[in-house]
Amino acid sequence: MNPKLALRGLKKAFGPKVVLDGLDLDLAAGQSLVIIGGSGVGKSVTIKCALGLIKPDDGQVLLDGKVITNARGQERQLALRQFGMLFQGAALFDSLSIWENVAFRLLYADGVGRAEARERAIETMRRVRLAPETADLRPIELSGGMQKRAGLARAIIAKPQIIFFDEPTTGLDPITADAINDLIVEMVKDLGCAALSITHDMASARKIADDIAMIHQGKIIWRGPAASVDSSGNAYVEQFVHGRAVGPIQAVV
Amino acid sequence: MLNWIRQVGRGVIALLRESGRFATFVAQAIASVFTPPLYLSQLARQALSIGYFSLPLIGLTAVFIGAALALNIYTGGARFNAEQFVPNIVVLGITRELGPVLAGLMLAGRVSAGIAAEIGTMRVTEQIDAMTTLSTDPFKFLVAPRLIAATLGLPLLVLVADTIGVMGGYLVAINSLGFNGSIYLRNTLDFLESQDVLLGVWKAAAFGFIIAAVGCYQGYRSAGGALGVGRAATNAVVGATVLILATNYLMTAFFVE
Repeated sequence: MNPKLALRGLKKAFGPKVVLDGLDLDLAAGQSLVIIGGSGVGKSVTIKCALGLIKPDDGQVLLDGKVITNARGQERQLALRQFGMLFQGAALFDSLSIWENVAFRLLYADGVGRAEARERAIETMRRVRLAPETADLRPIELSGGMQKRAGLARAIIAKPQIIFFDEPTTGLDPITADAINDLIVEMVKDLGCAALSITHDMASARKIADDIAMIHQGKIIWRGPAASVDSSGNAYVEQFVHGRAVGPIQAVV
Repeated sequence: MLNWIRQVGRGVIALLRESGRFATFVAQAIASVFTPPLYLSQLARQALSIGYFSLPLIGLTAVFIGAALALNIYTGGARFNAEQFVPNIVVLGITRELGPVLAGLMLAGRVSAGIAAEIGTMRVTEQIDAMTTLSTDPFKFLVAPRLIAATLGLPLLVLVADTIGVMGGYLVAINSLGFNGSIYLRNTLDFLESQDVLLGVWKAAAFGFIIAAVGCYQGYRSAGGALGVGRAATNAVVGATVLILATNYLMTAFFVE
C-alpha cells in the first residue's frame, strides 16, 4: 500500500552546506510521525520540501503515490488543499483579524462568503479552545500560546489530510506547551489525518508521535515507534533523547 | 591589474544577475495582474494606502515647488525682461517634469520603502510561506494589488499635484510678484496643451509601476531578520529613485523627439 506522503532521496544544499543528503521518509495515512534532530540538521527544510516551499536539488516528493516535486498550477493547488501547516512562530497575518486569519483559506482560496467564513472560523476557534471574543483582535494582541491555537485553527479549518507542525511548542511555557500537544493529538485524531511534526522537544515528541524518526547529517538514521525511543540502541538517538553534550553528535555552540 | 579586472567582472556579473532576477520577478508580477483571481478587497486597501494617504505629501510638495518655481522663473526671467512668462513656464515645468518626477520621488520614499518593509517582514516571519500553504498565490494577493494601485494611482496623484503646483505658483505670483490673478490663469490655460498633461500622466504611470515593482521585489527577497528588512527598505528607495530618474530621461527624450 502506498504511503500517504513519501520523500525519496531528497537532496538539498545551500552553497557548500549540504542539508539533505538523500533523505527517505514515508508517512502513512492517519499516522503521526515526529522528526527529531538537533538545530540546523534539516528538519525545517524537510517539511518545506514536502510542502513545495523549497525545491530540492534532487529526489522526489510523492503524495498518494503521485510525484508532486515540481507540481505547478492546478496540480499544485490540489496538493496544497490536502495540507495544513502550523508554523513555528504561528505566522499569522498581522494586517488581518484573528477570524480572518483562521478563515483565510475559505475567504481567499475557496471563495466562501464572509458571513459563513466567520461562522466556521469561530467554530474552529472553539475547537482549539480559543474564545470567540478574540475573533476580532489582531494577532499582536494575543499571547504566544493563543497565537499557536489560532495557527492550529487556521491549519485545520479546511480539514486537511496531512498537517505539518514546525516546532509546535517552541517558545511556550511547559503548561501551555502541554496544552498545545494535547490539542494536536485531539485534532489529528478527530480529523483522522496524518501528521508530520518536527521538534527537538522530547516531551512533545513522546506525546504526539506514533512513530519517531531521527535526522542527522541530512539522512534519517533511526525510526521506530514512539514507545521505543528510550531503548533504540542507537547511540545518536540515545545522546539526543537524554540531552547529553558528550556522544557521537558534536554540540554546535 | 588582474585583481582590478576581476573585481569589475564580478560587479558586472552581480549587476546582470540582479537585473535578471528583477526582470523575472516583474514578468511574474505582470502575469499575476492579468490572471484571475483579482483580490478586490486588497486592491481597495492598497488604493487607499498608496493613493489617498499620499495626498497630503503630494499636495505639500507640489504647492511649495510651484511657489519656488514661480519665484525662480521671475528672478531669472527679469534678466531678459521675460517676467511675463512665469505662468507659462510654471505650468510647463510642473506638468511635464516636476509634477510626475517629484511625486514619483516622494512616493519612492513613502510607498516603496513601506511596501518593502511590509512584505519583507512577512517574508522573514514566514507569513508568505503560510499564504502559499493556504492555496493563495502571494503574487496575486500581495504583489498584483500594489502594482495596480500604484500604476493607476500615481497618475491621479500627479493630476492633483499639477493643479496644486500651478496654484502654488499663482499664489506667489499674485501676492509677491504683482501679477493680475485672472491674467495669470488665462496665460496658464492658453499655453497649456493636452500633450503636456498626458506626458506627465504617462510618466506617472511608469513611475507608479516602478515604485510598486521595486518595493515588492526587495521585500519579497529579503532575508536575515530585522537587518534584512531594513536593507530591503533602503534598497527599495534607492532602486526606485534611480529607475525613476532614468526612466524620466528616456521618456522625455522619446516624447520630445
